[in-house]
Amino acid sequence: MSGKNTRTRRIVVLGALSTIAEAVARRYAAEGAEMVLAARNAERLGQLKDDLTARGSARALAWPVDLAALDDVPAELARMAEALGGEVDAVLLFYGTLGDQKLAEKDSAELRRIMAVNFASAAEWCVAAADVLERQDHGVLLAVSSVAGDRGRQSNYLYGAAKAGLAVLVEGLGHRLAAGGGRAVVIKLGFVDTAMTAHIEKGGPLWAKPDAIAQQLVRIIDKPRRPVIYLPWFWRPIMAVIRNIPSSIFHRTKL
Amino acid sequence: MGSFRNRQFSPWGRIGRAEHCIARPRFRDEVPRTLADCGDHDVLPVGLGRSYGDTVLNSGKYLLDMTGLDRIIAFDRDAGVLRAEAGLSLDAALGVIVPAGWYFATTPGTRFVTLGGAVANDVHGKNHHSAGSIGCSVRRIGLLRSDGGEVELDRQSRGDLFRATIGGLGLTGIITWVELDLVRIPSADLIVEQIPFDNVAGFFELAAASQSHEHTVAWLDCANRGRALGRGIFQRADWSGQGALVAHATGQKVTLGFDLPSVALNGLTMRAFNALYWRVQKAKPTLARRHYAQFFYPLDAIGQWNHLYGRRGFYQYQCVIPPEAAESAVTELLLQITAAGAGSFLAVLKTFGRRGSPGLLSFPREGATLALDFPNRGAVTLRLLACLDAIVLEAGGRLYPAKDGRIPAHVFRASFAQGLETFVDQIDPAFNSDFWRRVST
Repeated sequence: MSGKNTRTRRIVVLGALSTIAEAVARRYAAEGAEMVLAARNAERLGQLKDDLTARGSARALAWPVDLAALDDVPAELARMAEALGGEVDAVLLFYGTLGDQKLAEKDSAELRRIMAVNFASAAEWCVAAADVLERQDHGVLLAVSSVAGDRGRQSNYLYGAAKAGLAVLVEGLGHRLAAGGGRAVVIKLGFVDTAMTAHIEKGGPLWAKPDAIAQQLVRIIDKPRRPVIYLPWFWRPIMAVIRNIPSSIFHRTKL
Repeated sequence: MGSFRNRQFSPWGRIGRAEHCIARPRFRDEVPRTLADCGDHDVLPVGLGRSYGDTVLNSGKYLLDMTGLDRIIAFDRDAGVLRAEAGLSLDAALGVIVPAGWYFATTPGTRFVTLGGAVANDVHGKNHHSAGSIGCSVRRIGLLRSDGGEVELDRQSRGDLFRATIGGLGLTGIITWVELDLVRIPSADLIVEQIPFDNVAGFFELAAASQSHEHTVAWLDCANRGRALGRGIFQRADWSGQGALVAHATGQKVTLGFDLPSVALNGLTMRAFNALYWRVQKAKPTLARRHYAQFFYPLDAIGQWNHLYGRRGFYQYQCVIPPEAAESAVTELLLQITAAGAGSFLAVLKTFGRRGSPGLLSFPREGATLALDFPNRGAVTLRLLACLDAIVLEAGGRLYPAKDGRIPAHVFRASFAQGLETFVDQIDPAFNSDFWRRVST
């Protein structure tokens, strides 16, 4: 976190109850940042708010809302910005759902949910955020995507497709903002040991700790050099290899 | 039951690795559900697993990993009162309370323990003679019982359950949150004085003369026989009036990612290490200003230092001997250890004061406490420890359950006879551990 930035930072956290979001919010709280914490569960948001306040946040606002079920996203974001005093330094989008692929193949409601949460609603938030950053001529939009979006696989192509869509969208917003002071970054996360992956057998060098990821994210938000970033970095070469495996071989795997 | 996974869990001493069914809730509202999912089966809450032995094992049964509940609930910066979820580590808490000019009333030798674990083991530190154990600074505890839901405990309301939970090894229910009184610190540094002593008698003279210092501890050379036996370095320290209120840097510089071959730590390297340590420490300036992380937590700089002892692990042995028998019993213990050619890399000796803890099974009592590491050499090591047990019991002392993971049932019962009956009445019927199964039969 840059010590040069003397003004208190103002941050909007979408999906604040995610493990990684909370780890990021704690780092900002330690430097006194003001935050809007948006997620569905009001009781848990209250606990987060108390914790972040104790850790040094000048203002932590619990913002209970279903981010994937809003009629007017730009208006909601405007209210958040207003609550923070008008300007935002960063909009961070963490929310998402793995969904149940097997169920979604039979049940279109689950399919729609996976797409709405991971892509459709996220797209609205990202575009709304880009508008704000463009107007301010300042600030960073960071959205969390996944390496699952780099190649379609039989086990999670719906989640992967939604996250791939989000990545392209944010990459495009990065292009759109490039001429001005705002920035947009999409993070392609590899395996992280979080609540979302709690059911998966872990261990081995590929699994990253949420706090290590949070540390990198804070650095990226400080200096967003590229619009697409793999975390941890080694997923870039890994995915380059995976994308280039001929389908004659790839289709024989159970991935 | 989706949140449970089968996983190996081993204590810090790495003896007794076992498969467990482990859940790691992240929010307070998940805990009652998770506990209910265990049904009538045996459950044990665990924190960061820094206990050395089987007090953190529940082989083949349920463990509730509490490290996901690590939020501060309230921190009163004026009054110095911290209320936080049980899984918050001292490491994380210090990052918040130190810059505000507060510290825990006492701290163990590692900051990688949770608040819940610290209370459940009623940990002590180098200032026991002035501050008592951590239990002395506990104001209130939130406890979730399988047979009565969440209860709030303090000295007055549900006093027996409060006293049973402090030092209760996680057997009285799940500690969900803890409220502690903190103490003011003028800076994050301590003025540390180092004084060499030549024998056990020299230690006790220094200890008696150092009561006015807040923190006292001694490192002991217990690998070298004859005249070198019981020589050591006495440290006494007080918070410095000068220096900034800067918390330690989080994270570790070095992590031991592998096991050292078991032969690496043998009698020869042990004697060499002790002799070298003696010479290096003796040559150090007598007075120095040190940051609390250097003074309280030197081993925390090396991640997974427990892997130094190789795959077979090690026993940590800690006893306390009442004042009247302290000098003779400590000498006798050292003689037995060197006679067995065992020795220990880090032997720590300190005196405990009179201040009692509310905890029924609290380990500290007035006297001298000796802590030693022994690499696991199987039957040979166990024979030596049994021999040490006899000296401790004879002297009216007791052993620390969080440490060696093999305290025989009769030694445990003799040590904790006084509060044991009241404690047993307060145990949660759904809770158990390998340790408790071993000592309660």
